[in-house]
Amino acid sequence: MPPRSLFSAYAPPLLTREQSKAVADKVLSVAKADETRVAITSGWSGNTRFAGGEITTSGGITDTTVSVVSTIGKRRASVSTNVLDDASLARTVDLAERLARLSPEDPEIMPELGSQTYTPVDSYIEATADLGAEARAAAAKRVIERASQVGKSAGDMFVAGFLEANAGARAIATSRGLFAYHRSTDATLSTTARTPDGTGSGWASGGARDWAKLDPSALGTTAAQKAVASRNPVAIEPGMYTVVLEPQAVADLVPLLGGAFNARSADEGRGTFSKRGGGTRLGEKVMDERVTLYSDPADPDLLAQPFDGEGLPLQRRVWIENGVLKNFSYSRFWAQKQGKEATGGGGGGGGGGGFGGGLPGGLKMVGGTKSTDELIAGTQRGILVTHFFYIRSLDQRTVLVTGLTRDGTFLIENGKITKALKNFRWNESPLFMLNKLEELGKAERTAAGQVMPSLRVKDFNFTSLSDAV
Amino acid sequence: MEALNAAKDAGASYADARIGRYRRQGINTRERQVTNVSDSESYGLGVRALVGGSWGFAATSTMTKEGVVAAAKEAARLARAARSVQRRPVELASTPAVKGTWKTPTTRDPLDVAIEDKVALLLAANEAALKVPKVRFVNSGLQLLREEKTLATTDGTLVTQTFVRVGPQFTATAINDGDFQSYTEELAPRGQGWEYIESLDMPHNAEKWASLAVEKLSARSVEVGRWDLILHPTNLWLTIHESIGHPTELDRAMGYEANYAGTSFVAPPEKQIGKLKYGPEFMNIQGDRTQEGSLARVGWDDEGVAADKWLIIEKGIFKDYQTTREQSAWISKLTGVTRSHGCSFADSWSSVQFQRMPNVSLLPSEKDTSLDDIIAATDRGIIIRNRGSWSIDHQRYNFQFSGQTFHEVKGGKVVGMLKDVAYQANTPQFWNSMDMIGGKSSYWLGGSFGDGKGEPGQSNSVSHGCVPARFKQVNIVNTGRSA
Repeated sequence: MPPRSLFSAYAPPLLTREQSKAVADKVLSVAKADETRVAITSGWSGNTRFAGGEITTSGGITDTTVSVVSTIGKRRASVSTNVLDDASLARTVDLAERLARLSPEDPEIMPELGSQTYTPVDSYIEATADLGAEARAAAAKRVIERASQVGKSAGDMFVAGFLEANAGARAIATSRGLFAYHRSTDATLSTTARTPDGTGSGWASGGARDWAKLDPSALGTTAAQKAVASRNPVAIEPGMYTVVLEPQAVADLVPLLGGAFNARSADEGRGTFSKRGGGTRLGEKVMDERVTLYSDPADPDLLAQPFDGEGLPLQRRVWIENGVLKNFSYSRFWAQKQGKEATGGGGGGGGGGGFGGGLPGGLKMVGGTKSTDELIAGTQRGILVTHFFYIRSLDQRTVLVTGLTRDGTFLIENGKITKALKNFRWNESPLFMLNKLEELGKAERTAAGQVMPSLRVKDFNFTSLSDAV
Repeated sequence: MEALNAAKDAGASYADARIGRYRRQGINTRERQVTNVSDSESYGLGVRALVGGSWGFAATSTMTKEGVVAAAKEAARLARAARSVQRRPVELASTPAVKGTWKTPTTRDPLDVAIEDKVALLLAANEAALKVPKVRFVNSGLQLLREEKTLATTDGTLVTQTFVRVGPQFTATAINDGDFQSYTEELAPRGQGWEYIESLDMPHNAEKWASLAVEKLSARSVEVGRWDLILHPTNLWLTIHESIGHPTELDRAMGYEANYAGTSFVAPPEKQIGKLKYGPEFMNIQGDRTQEGSLARVGWDDEGVAADKWLIIEKGIFKDYQTTREQSAWISKLTGVTRSHGCSFADSWSSVQFQRMPNVSLLPSEKDTSLDDIIAATDRGIIIRNRGSWSIDHQRYNFQFSGQTFHEVKGGKVVGMLKDVAYQANTPQFWNSMDMIGGKSSYWLGGSFGDGKGEPGQSNSVSHGCVPARFKQVNIVNTGRSA
């Protein structure tokens, strides 16, 4: 006999607030630990992948996972399962409690939160949740047809790409009376067009909560135009160059600063913004005065989940304002120890809440008024970068990273794109970069929950050439 | 079987159904405390249907007859939709129908070991490391996985397999006068049981590992320029993974990964097979899903193809790619190989199977050269151990890799420690600069628990065996803070 499922096969894959509450209540009713937290994630994901002008794989997935975090004294453990019959849920609770009992005491453990109030954020769009197999295939076809047409002068274009739509719900409940529920959707579509001679490659991408805000034809056009223009690239000597970074290239680098805002690392002397000999650089100007960077789940361009994994409400947090370091991110433990307000980002299974505190609530960098084209027009000599690839840390303290340019790297001379360039490897830090700003372009949405501007930056450090196209 | 029948009824010419149950356990510690104990279970079914030469895949965790049939119908619906954007219908290489079971050989299943014993082992290692002066932070952990998988296909295959994998971690950080240096020991993850974790003797070795973090505090920053490099197997395995493993994936060479992981310089196949001189004549690279203790070892892959072993590079010349049933016909006229090499793998019941890397290894020299022999024969060089930062371009030409320790060699002797070292090279030039390799007794099996590829992203576990090797006049860059 198969286990009795809580849900029929035809029920919607995404749990409603009431259904989530029912599962949470069921778990909490059998829990015997001092404190229990339940996280329920349910949803659907549909994807379509294409290459060589045809769909290569496509998939649909539905799943619901229940995670149980049990605390006994100062001991804590987490167990998750996606088998939802009553017996499995009871076994999951029992295992979490057993593991918690066996775990050593965690001196940094924080009690579970009680009832909280959250800013309502509407990030669920039906058009995205309804994006079925046929609609996704039609969108892939539009990208392929448009890119093929735009790139016709170069021959039979090789068009690849990926479209994914997600609809999900997340609920968190604690034995202290907390209940949080949020549902959201997002869609991303990216495409790469390559010329048949193998010397040109272009890329374009879009992401949004609302599928209707993405334009497959426009993305196909951009990728193909870049591919055609990037053919037969020439090599120029690596070195320091002024760069114009498209918003996606900025989005590849600026979020890497997330860890630099961690209060505990800074306070313990091993953070980016630690001062030698003790203290931090809070309140000091740490980058160009035109830089403002913040997280805010309710910002209409971000629309992020308004709570973290522990159920802590998330609010607007300004990290950098006019170049000044305004705030650090605090986990609940470190906030209490230092007498500060926790900013969220916790919610891992165990204790040791010291280093939580990424940047939940989306990330937005405020932009200027000019388009990327206007930034190019204002450049005497420089390099236009479409996006970056394979970024890896070289030095955590300075956020120095290495990576490569990809899918459209061009020389700008006297305000115009004059040549396609071979790709470069570079070693650079977003922190240094935001101290070498020449001009900010308009900010735009680079992914659901992320907004970044284009930038013109001087002395970007290109270290070697890559033959990769 | 309900799923296969439903897929057939919905028009599939071929279908496979995979039921997977994944149990994962993770334990992380820092200094004298446990930062995470987690256990997860995931169970469900994925159905792949081929309709009119196009694929569709659907997965569900609703394991009732209705849930399974709904997933099969959805897979067929996705395949029909994909058919509207099709250029070349999928053709599968034939493979014999098989029935059987396979299990990773273990003495002790790691998930049956009491959690107290695991925690005690890690905390004992941390305690030993903290005894070393200047060592302030220690992180250690264990990742444990048991994967039970049953595959049924409409060709009549029915196989059930259980894979066990273990991944230990250890990092120590030493602090002195505002400087800090970390050392991560290269504890290879393996397709083995708890007996492997015990064999590493972490509590006993932790002091030695932690001392290396302290030694790094007084290491000299490297001079940039050309150096002879002696890459220890604990470093070389990752270079093999990135610069040979990935570029010889046939889907990459054909552009299937163009929008994400990238393509390959080993393309097109007709210009590379039997022609590309990857490295010197003593360089032999083997693809393998049979090696004992390795992470990619299986009985059959996720299309029911029996585990295979073949040469990717023979005597320095590129010979064959990694393939699945769909891919082998693309190059069979060039290679003479009509079977799939059995490289189909999915990281979950909820992921579609596609081409993933087998173990890809550098075979030892016939002569039993040791690491010491290579050092003795080197006038000016650097020995690099363990993995550090790594980055490689999207066609796998230009790479920059680092390590954990760097020892300077002068006149055939180790003279001291260097820091801030990364080597930057172009793949074919780098491998063709290899002039010495170790023999059988210097062979070591490294590996990665999580290698990413595909959209949506999937994670594959793969091992790479190798011997120490010397590379002539490689470009060294300085990654220090003043860089």
